[in-house]
Amino acid sequence: MNIQNMILTLQKHWSDQGCLLMQAYDVEKGAGTMSPMTLLRSLGPEPWNVAYVEPSRRPADGRYGENPNRLYQHHQFQVIMKPSPDNIQELYLESLKALGIDPLKHDIRFVEDNWENPTLGAAGLGWEVWLDGMEITQFTYFQQIGGLEAKPVSAEITYGLERLASYIQDKENVFELEWTDGVTVGDIFSQPEYEHSKYTFESSDTDMLFDLFSIYEKEAGRAMELGLVFPAYDYVLKCSHTFNLLDAKGVISVTERTGYISRVRNLARKIAKTYVEERESLGFPMLKDKEEASNE
Amino acid sequence: MSKTVLFEIGLEELPARFIDDALVQLEDKTKQWLDDLRLPYETIATMATPRRLTVKIEGLEEKQPDIEEVAKGPAKKIALDEEGNWTKAAIGFTKGQGKNVEDIYFKDIKGTEYVHINKFIEGEATKNLIDQFKDVILSLNFPKNMRWGDKQLRYARPIRWLVALYGDEIIPFSIEGLRTGNTTFGHRFLGKQVAIDDAENYEKIMKDQYVIADVILRKEMIEAQIEKLAQDKEWKILVDEELLNEVTHLVEYPTVFYGAYSEDFLVVPEEALITSMKEHQRYFPVRSQEGELLPYFVAVRNGDENHLDNVARGNEKVLNARLADARFFYDEDQKTSIEQSLEKLSRMVFQEDLGTIADKVKRTVKLADAVSDHLQLDKASKQQVTRTAEICKFDLVTHMVDEFPELQGIMGEKYARIFGEDDAVAQAINEHYMPRQANGTLPETVAGTIVSIADKLDTIVGCFSIGIIPSGSQDPYGLRRSAIGILQMLDKQAWNIRLETLVNTALSMYVSLGLPNRSEEEVAEDLREFFHIRTSYLLWEEGVAPDIVEAVLANGIQHVPFTKEKAKLLASKRNDENFKSTHEALGRVLNLAKKTNAEEVDKNLFENETEQVLFDKYQRITPVYEDALSKHDTVKALETLGTLAEPIHAFFDHTMVMVEDERLKENRLGLLNLIAKEVYAFADLNAVQWKQQY
Repeated sequence: MNIQNMILTLQKHWSDQGCLLMQAYDVEKGAGTMSPMTLLRSLGPEPWNVAYVEPSRRPADGRYGENPNRLYQHHQFQVIMKPSPDNIQELYLESLKALGIDPLKHDIRFVEDNWENPTLGAAGLGWEVWLDGMEITQFTYFQQIGGLEAKPVSAEITYGLERLASYIQDKENVFELEWTDGVTVGDIFSQPEYEHSKYTFESSDTDMLFDLFSIYEKEAGRAMELGLVFPAYDYVLKCSHTFNLLDAKGVISVTERTGYISRVRNLARKIAKTYVEERESLGFPMLKDKEEASNE
Repeated sequence: MSKTVLFEIGLEELPARFIDDALVQLEDKTKQWLDDLRLPYETIATMATPRRLTVKIEGLEEKQPDIEEVAKGPAKKIALDEEGNWTKAAIGFTKGQGKNVEDIYFKDIKGTEYVHINKFIEGEATKNLIDQFKDVILSLNFPKNMRWGDKQLRYARPIRWLVALYGDEIIPFSIEGLRTGNTTFGHRFLGKQVAIDDAENYEKIMKDQYVIADVILRKEMIEAQIEKLAQDKEWKILVDEELLNEVTHLVEYPTVFYGAYSEDFLVVPEEALITSMKEHQRYFPVRSQEGELLPYFVAVRNGDENHLDNVARGNEKVLNARLADARFFYDEDQKTSIEQSLEKLSRMVFQEDLGTIADKVKRTVKLADAVSDHLQLDKASKQQVTRTAEICKFDLVTHMVDEFPELQGIMGEKYARIFGEDDAVAQAINEHYMPRQANGTLPETVAGTIVSIADKLDTIVGCFSIGIIPSGSQDPYGLRRSAIGILQMLDKQAWNIRLETLVNTALSMYVSLGLPNRSEEEVAEDLREFFHIRTSYLLWEEGVAPDIVEAVLANGIQHVPFTKEKAKLLASKRNDENFKSTHEALGRVLNLAKKTNAEEVDKNLFENETEQVLFDKYQRITPVYEDALSKHDTVKALETLGTLAEPIHAFFDHTMVMVEDERLKENRLGLLNLIAKEVYAFADLNAVQWKQQY
């Protein structure tokens, strides 16, 4: 099964479970979690079921397109179900079957992995799902988002598409994976992988990046002051990506990291809080049972 | 009659690290619960897999034992009125006991007759009590709890089913809307949903569903399979207990298999290969009989033998990919010289107020050099110390340490050798992180020890100078462990250096850099207290009694091994009858000396011979005593002090110290104070709880 068909299969599977199919978000980010479709929408009481593909940039993982397993940018298939249904694990395992993975021929395990994104004041408990020792999915029950308690709890399922495809297509090298018949990942992504790696590790202007971080941070704060949560959040994402570029270049230490993270976290907290307040002032429009709820 | 009872909590995959402790709790709490309910039973067995926590109680009696007891009521004269009718008091009492007045009889207690009633409490049926097990389920504590869906409950992982059986009957209760039943789930893929017909048959039914519920049994299955594989292949499979436990808790039905990785990766230091296999993949590494690392690994599948080749192949692919990364990092790191790496340290912040790692390294070099000078090391050794201190942190910017943080120092040593550093320096780079855990290995080399001490001391004094002081569970920089490490190294090396000298050197360095935003005196006092407590812990751990610890630390920590020697000697004197006279004499001196600051003695003010004798003796022994102290000759020092006992006793027999005449009083106190100072240099003997009777 090529990657394109994998995506279509997953979309069909989760669409059948009542998920909205959304598109990738247009600001650089390290993970599908950081899309506002997950991060903001998983806040508050409104039900939310969504699935989308997210191109995810991890500057530190760039390998000039030379390493068969590492990418500057990979693709995640992201699912959010709020509140998490009781059979969420079974729904997930069925999606693997839909992709042609027969659990009787493999070793599929849920291995504890508690996810935390301190930058976004977000934390969850769950697992990484192992397929014959390979992590193919991150499975998380959100407990806290933007410093707020996640209530109800969302289940987040994040498939690593290239990882999964390397299994399904039985390829050793990520660049040989077929995106669609006759077109490989290498055809599409070799050049950007090389150029982004070179830029990240060698050519990026460190001073400029430090400046940009401050500028984005400031603008996020300003937008926040004006009560504009979505634009403010976009700038937080930009801060985060800029930080990742600096971090990949090895110019930020563990302790310094704490300082940067706490700066962004404070913004993220404000955004989360304001987002929920705004939804509330709108009467939580997606809350189906809101009339019953308000009658209680 | 008795029955078997079964409770199974069906969970989404429980973290492996939670399980051992959960089982202990489950057993203890079930036991406590049954005891509280006064329900007799024969055995409690606990079982667990990633998806279930189970307790099976065998031989549980069907009801509580009946209770017969006698209740004592009011006195007869209160229970009956003048006409011989029962009073309200008597009626009230019987009602309160669930009885009536016909049941009353009288019994004489110390000459007064009282109302009594025989009570018989029939034991409650087990069936009516046993649904309270819900409380046991909810009382389990886990290291981390979570919520799920729109539920309020916080638990280790979501609860998905509950089995509660009293023999073949369902015990009805519910948790968060989830009702108990007799239905459980087998292995996720090999098993199916199944009913437990009777609590007795649990293990067998589960086994048919590819679930080995008993942890020990599962572990033994893994061990036996590994053992067989090792024999077949003539391998040594590195099974460490911790990993074996974890793997046992990751599977419901274990099947051991092996795989291979490319020999090309064997050029990578084996520490990195082993870390990759064990920490990241939960594989057991393989060595030849000769101890050489072989390009194989052993793993455990959660399932049966079918399609095992496919599983092995998948795992090989994953490990090869991981090792390819390690190889890439290893090769890449060798393209960057130590000097280039060191430059990057100036962009790594150690701590916002304490500067970069490069700043830290500069301070460490300075401190390490100061220690070298103090120890009067030869030139070659001094150079090794300086070089080690200069480059000890360079591997922090390597890819390998970034990927495997636990290899810091270890990779530093490897790369240092590759880059042609002196062997001793390379080894010392690794050693400067020691001890890596509580009571871990200490550095062997002089350079490793000095730089380790300097590095840790810099962190401790630096943190204290900006007010980062460990409190309660807060110790983000591991300062307590570092302090213990310093003390252990000083103890091991027995160098002629006092802890206070080291701490003061570090503090003055910080003061000269203008760093502390607190007053030097405050920081010094906090450090003194901190090290005092750490040393106390260390001595307690080694079995020194608290009073002795207090005695030997009265004058500071000083020379660590000497302080320990003193503690041991004093401990042996505590019950020594021959030492009684000495500690009494010296103790009396210490008490009186507290009343003065005088340190001057005028012989012309002596009124009797014992004063003169004591003073002469003091002057004669002082050089001998101080010499023994400086040579850390504990026995000689104490013996020498002991020779003062007789003249002291004689002095007190003939001399009144607290006299009216101030001049005379101060002169005598002055003499005692001089002696007291010498005693304190050894220990505060009055802190010791001496044996009183022999």
